Amino acid sequence: MWSYERRLQYPVNITCRNPKLAMVIMSQFGGPDGELAASMRYLSQRYSTKNKKVAGVLTDIGTEELAHMEIVSAIVHQLTKDITPQEIMESGFEKYYVDHTLGLWPQSAGGIPFTSTFFQSKGDVITDLIEDMAAEQKARTTYDNILRLVHDQEVCDPIKFLRQREINHFQRFGEALRIVLDELDSKNFYAINPDYLPDIKK
Amino acid sequence: MNVNNRDKLFAFITATSFVMDDLRIYLDTHPTDREALDYWEKISRVREEAVKEYTRNYGPIYSYDVDVKNRWAWVEEPWPWEGRC
Repeated sequence: MWSYERRLQYPVNITCRNPKLAMVIMSQFGGPDGELAASMRYLSQRYSTKNKKVAGVLTDIGTEELAHMEIVSAIVHQLTKDITPQEIMESGFEKYYVDHTLGLWPQSAGGIPFTSTFFQSKGDVITDLIEDMAAEQKARTTYDNILRLVHDQEVCDPIKFLRQREINHFQRFGEALRIVLDELDSKNFYAINPDYLPDIKK
Repeated sequence: MNVNNRDKLFAFITATSFVMDDLRIYLDTHPTDREALDYWEKISRVREEAVKEYTRNYGPIYSYDVDVKNRWAWVEEPWPWEGRC
């Protein structure tokens, strides 16, 4: 069960609107390496491990990603607050605007709609954790790319926080993977799914 | 199934929490309903007591309320999706 807290994990207070930047940052809401995909990935994967610590890591990081989705959404919302039709046309925001006005809709910066094909839930905790480590790195790279384009300190600040969390989560997933590998049966030499072993036990 | 105090307390938390979930949505659209406001106040008090008692005796339910007694109990008990068998 989840419950909502009426606060952002990291504050967002942007005074200078910028729809062009909103269009780019939106990718971390509903894009291939965005926070929505991250949250759904971990919360979907957590059912296929018997390891309580690893299930805890997936639950807690999956939950934090929802909070990150809220931060990214708040940035996009504040960057597009009260923009004029002229600003919309000049910034390239018109293609998004025509379908969604100033509403938040999960898509990549290039307009590709959010889809669960952005992530996998393979039923093998080792496979999943290796994907999760890659996912955190891909998100970190995306934040690096965004930071090269952003010069407004009010936007940089929460983006830098989110980038740092990707590094932290990568570390925790690495530790989770080590926990799983350390507890493997010695016959499971090639390190495949420790929780579903009918083939190996033959 | 053997129903013990722990199960009873947990069922009570599930029930009172759901009452609050339903009331919250109702109050969002009826924020001045006196009867609903009184009910919220009453139920939130008994729920909080039940959660405190459960957390103290059997382990954490809420991620911010993990009681640390030289160990991290958050990853000890079965996760809620595991089922009993």
